[in-house]
Amino acid sequence: MVDHDGADNKRIDAPTGTETVGHEWDGIEELNTPLPRWWLWTFYITIVWAIGYTVVYPAWPMVSNFTKGSFGWTSRGQYDEQMKLEAAKRAPITDAIEKIPMADLPRNPQLMAAAIEGGRAAFKVYCVQCHGSGAAGSKGFPNLNDDDWLWGGDLQTVHATLVNGIRQPGNNDTRNSMMPAFGRDGILKPAEIQSLVAHVQAISHRGKDNAKGAALFAVNCAVCHGPEGKGNRQFGAPNLTDGIWLYGGDAETLTETITNARAGVMPAWGQSLKPATVKMLAAYVHSLGGGEATPAPALVAEAAPASAEAGNNVQP
Amino acid sequence: MSNPKDLQSLDQPMYQARKAVYPKKVDGFFRRLKWLIMAITLTIYYVTPWLRWDRGPYAPHQAVLVDMANRRFYMFAIEIWPHEFYFVAGLLIMAGIGLFLVTSAVGRAWCGYACPQTVWTDLFLHIERAIDGDRNAQIKLAAAPLGVSKIVKRVTKHAIWLVVAVATGGAWIFYFADAPTLACEFLSGSAPFVAYATVGVLTATTYTFGGFMREQICIYMCPWPRIQTAMLDEKSLVVTYKFWRGEPRTQGRKRAQDAMIIDSMPTGDCIDCTQCIQVCPTGIDIREGAQLGCITCGLCIDACDKVMDQIGKPRGLIHYATSDDCELEQAGAPPRPVTKALFHPRTLAYFAIWCAIGLGLLFALGQRTRLDLSAIQDRNPVYVQLSDGSVRNNYTVKVRNMEGRPRKVEIKIDGLPGAVLWGELGDRASAGKSVQIDVAADSVRKTRLFVAAPATGEAAQPFDFTVRALDSEGGIDRDDVKFERPAR
Ligand code: SF4
Ligand code: SF4
Repeated sequence: MVDHDGADNKRIDAPTGTETVGHEWDGIEELNTPLPRWWLWTFYITIVWAIGYTVVYPAWPMVSNFTKGSFGWTSRGQYDEQMKLEAAKRAPITDAIEKIPMADLPRNPQLMAAAIEGGRAAFKVYCVQCHGSGAAGSKGFPNLNDDDWLWGGDLQTVHATLVNGIRQPGNNDTRNSMMPAFGRDGILKPAEIQSLVAHVQAISHRGKDNAKGAALFAVNCAVCHGPEGKGNRQFGAPNLTDGIWLYGGDAETLTETITNARAGVMPAWGQSLKPATVKMLAAYVHSLGGGEATPAPALVAEAAPASAEAGNNVQP
Repeated sequence: MSNPKDLQSLDQPMYQARKAVYPKKVDGFFRRLKWLIMAITLTIYYVTPWLRWDRGPYAPHQAVLVDMANRRFYMFAIEIWPHEFYFVAGLLIMAGIGLFLVTSAVGRAWCGYACPQTVWTDLFLHIERAIDGDRNAQIKLAAAPLGVSKIVKRVTKHAIWLVVAVATGGAWIFYFADAPTLACEFLSGSAPFVAYATVGVLTATTYTFGGFMREQICIYMCPWPRIQTAMLDEKSLVVTYKFWRGEPRTQGRKRAQDAMIIDSMPTGDCIDCTQCIQVCPTGIDIREGAQLGCITCGLCIDACDKVMDQIGKPRGLIHYATSDDCELEQAGAPPRPVTKALFHPRTLAYFAIWCAIGLGLLFALGQRTRLDLSAIQDRNPVYVQLSDGSVRNNYTVKVRNMEGRPRKVEIKIDGLPGAVLWGELGDRASAGKSVQIDVAADSVRKTRLFVAAPATGEAAQPFDFTVRALDSEGGIDRDDVKFERPAR
């Protein structure tokens, strides 16, 4: 330990027998413990690894592009590949749903569960714009959770409505009906409309009986809505006696409805979506709690748990 | 570093090559103890996955199984679900405190006897001795030029090492799948890739750590010696060279006697034969005092005891001792037996904590229910108005059946007057006060329940879902939720 400039304080630390580096920071000295050589080698290996990595994977930014790497890997390509894999995995189920007649679907609980899950996903893409993400609807767009259906709420009817849409021109099977615009077309006078509004409110337990309105109803409305105002699903004529209003049950909205009529529309999904997807949507909508006349196999008969968190019989 | 020149002017190198260690064979009490512990730990490791345990038709029959795919952990009669992971956490805490307990009683005994790094290094050393011969032969062989016999020896040794390494990695994967099935799949090449990858990685690490890294793992990589340094105190047993008895050392027995005769000067018992260094698996000299490199394997005690026997001196020049006892001994007290040092307040405190956690876990294990219900109210939409003026809320309910058989259960609502309930495939017409569902063995059944109640009542009314098993064993669980209504 001779003539090492700047390292005069270098000494052997007695307890460890190791040389110090010869510097002192506020009384703290540093031992000069050599690193094991293999550690250095692992460091060199990481460098080699890093170089190899930048060769095979996209890495270096260029002027207008970047190096593509010899593996040709891209995150988009990996995504596509995985989507393809998933689609292939799903194919047997989608095919089975496509083939099974709608009426038989609930009798196959496993397929039904799969259809509901598929419908849940498709609903988020095609239906939420009008019906909302929870299918709770809004003014003019029906709430699909409740038990009031304009055209019918059993699985097959919901499916038929989905396939052909509502008031789609050029489609013979579409749901079609036309409420007259009683006020706008001069069929009824504004005072008569007010009586009618009073009668409609009366039959839905919101106001007093109105004899004039009742008479007008019998002549003008009962054809579609029925003599008691309970509606007729053949025409998509809503039940006027229940607690659910598509546009609103207050006097003002009713006046507006009777004066100008209502005619909501829905696309004929059978034209743009795959048959299996439409079936899935029907199953999902039917499952929301208001579905009707399910040829109900008791819940106990259900075999496989629908949840992915289920036990031994589900393999990831 | 103020001056970069300092870097080049240091006497010690920046990097140091490993100094090869050729531990010599030794026999004695601690060596036999090591043999015994090695046999026990290796047997446990290799045999455990092959033990069978009958759990009926719905659960695997492997006594100890970590079923990652299905998220179950089986240990004999106990089955742990993911939400019961605190049992595993509790076991890990017990293992941690167990290490503290052992350390406070017998110092670094874990390092010296039971640590896998120690056990496998020991195994690799024995193989090396069987092929290359003992220490001197190994040193000679290392220096010898590459010839046919050296090549044969080297190839044999590495081949056996590799076989051991593959067996080590191979045994590990059996803890994660049905062992006999996986063994067949593995050999026929149809096992999942991750099985081969795991075996590959563990083979590589075992081969490298046991064959080449050895004591370097303990000295440079393992955090435990550092933690342990902080845990040892003057009451901890460490392997100690009793310098007050051994020094001044003399070279060779004869000269020791000569010196006594000629100078009538006292001489130490250490004859500087370096046996203790030669047998040390980490290649250190324990006579320099307690140090990080000493894993307290006790082999130097065996070596020195033999030397002491040969020169007719009492055994125990090197022995387990606490630093408190050393002070007493230096002051002239007779050596205190090691057993006396085992129990002191800290040991007892650790033992009490360890037992408390263990008993707590056992108690919790006895108390746990095997039927569980959790319900959450669907929030989109929060409520649905029905055509008859009543209100419906939807709930997602999970029923966990943690028994190894399918069970029929009944779900009821409590505390919601006038409410009716129906399930996913039922409808309002079939609604009632309860629904029954079947839950498959050892699984979670997730289902939606619809609850309709009159529109009059609290805006957010709390009530309970209760699940009850309908078989003879019974079992009940409940969860509280709210029923919400539109503000009026
Ligand atoms: S084995 Fe015993 S006598 Fe020989 S050098 Fe070591 S301490 Fe001294
Ligand atoms: S000094 Fe002794 S106890 Fe410590 S590691 Fe070496 S042989 Fe084992």
